[in-house]
Amino acid sequence: MTEYLFSLWASLLSTVDDVLPIIGILVGFQVLVLRRTIPNLKRVLLGFLLVLLGLAFFLEGLERALFPLGKLMAEQLTAPEFLGLTGDEGSMSEHWQEFGWVYFFAFAIGFSTTIAEPSLIAVAIKAHQVSAGAIQPWGLRIAVAIGVAVGIALGSYRIVTGTPLHYYIISGYVVVLFQTWFAPRTIIALAYDSGGVTTSTVTVPLVAALGLGLSSNIPGRNPLLDGFGLIAFASLFPIMTVIAYAQLSEWHARRASHKESPPAGD
Amino acid sequence: MKARTPELLKTLTDSFKDLLPIIGVIAFFQLAVLRQPIPNLLELLWGTLLVVIGLTLFVRGLKLGLFPIGETMAWDFAAKGSLMWLLLFAFALGFGTTVAEPALIAVAAEASEVAARGGMIVDEADARESYAEGLRYTVALSVGLAIVVGVLRILRGWPIQYLIISGYIGVVIMTAFAPKEIIGIAYDSGGVTTSTITVPLVTALGVGLASSIEGRNPMIDGFGLIAFASLTPMIFVMGYGILL
Repeated sequence: MTEYLFSLWASLLSTVDDVLPIIGILVGFQVLVLRRTIPNLKRVLLGFLLVLLGLAFFLEGLERALFPLGKLMAEQLTAPEFLGLTGDEGSMSEHWQEFGWVYFFAFAIGFSTTIAEPSLIAVAIKAHQVSAGAIQPWGLRIAVAIGVAVGIALGSYRIVTGTPLHYYIISGYVVVLFQTWFAPRTIIALAYDSGGVTTSTVTVPLVAALGLGLSSNIPGRNPLLDGFGLIAFASLFPIMTVIAYAQLSEWHARRASHKESPPAGD
Repeated sequence: MKARTPELLKTLTDSFKDLLPIIGVIAFFQLAVLRQPIPNLLELLWGTLLVVIGLTLFVRGLKLGLFPIGETMAWDFAAKGSLMWLLLFAFALGFGTTVAEPALIAVAAEASEVAARGGMIVDEADARESYAEGLRYTVALSVGLAIVVGVLRILRGWPIQYLIISGYIGVVIMTAFAPKEIIGIAYDSGGVTTSTITVPLVTALGVGLASSIEGRNPMIDGFGLIAFASLTPMIFVMGYGILL
């Protein structure tokens, strides 16, 4: 028990360490430049304390429970024995279909870690407030999670086949530009933002373990060169799914308003 | 206090729901695909409990502390009317929160190893360390600049898509010239820079600025700061790879 508490304490200290520069900047500008009193100062300070404690608990819990198991799983699923690799397959691009479980794991882990990502929860709450309820937090989060899931699965396929990363990303850009053209204006900025917020505390360590496992076990791949790129996929695809989600809900709303005063029970 | 308890309970169950997918995925793969028992169940339960409590506290703190402070400061800067101080604040926030980001430190260290193997720098501890440090400052600088440009965009009401498209073109051009080894790291560096505390703070700042300025729509103009912060590092890291 004491060991558990001690480790929690250590994780709290390291969180304080990470947050200190931010607090320094906020306090510095508040005291030296703005010189205004903050309304509800006590509440705000309590809020900061909760954020600190919350992050420390969160990270400690991830390190204790989910990361070790998730990383081990990524290693086992990409181990040559599990994949049935003998080392003399020759070109991997002909064997890419044999990695079904890896793609499925990539998809599932991408989706589920994104749902638990605290910064995405924050942005979803804010978007709900700002849009006066038009954007549902769960709708947005599921749209982003599907984007990350597809991105990580496709990224794993890329590592297996060894195709160049930039072809995928640049094609993704073209799709995003095309979608932007038709997207409702109010969603564009939020959609672009959702690319960046998805990949933080929960997603990055697990996805990095998957990339490392794949690129070190598949013949002809070099972990230092091919292990990267999954995060890039995970930050690009949510842009597409969020715009698609907005278009779907707009279309839905338009269809609903066409049926003026629907009969009771509809 | 009585009125707060149900709300806290609701946040707690919400946090648990947020975690259910991960628990499900891990249980499914462990039991059905890998067919192995779940090791160390006690540790797992303790960890999950911590994660649920942590997420609950974080979300409460977000609403009490991070969001209000971001928005209050945005309104105060708008009232003060000094562009220079606002931009300086934007830069400090971007630079300061990125330079110490643990995920970035890890990525920079890996990048220096790649560079050493690729023969871009001498494979010695000193050379690697200074390469990693340079990279870290490059990324932090690029995030600082990104927030500055993003804040300027909110003030002026520039449409975001033109800036993002220019960024994409920048990425494509840099990709053509950057050493092959650096591209993967550069592309990934965009995603890792934005931390869990920076995101809510920067989002509240953007939304607060857009609401405090007449003629700006917080939905159209308020979001987008994170998008810049995850785009510029890609360009700057490739630039770093080209120059060194």
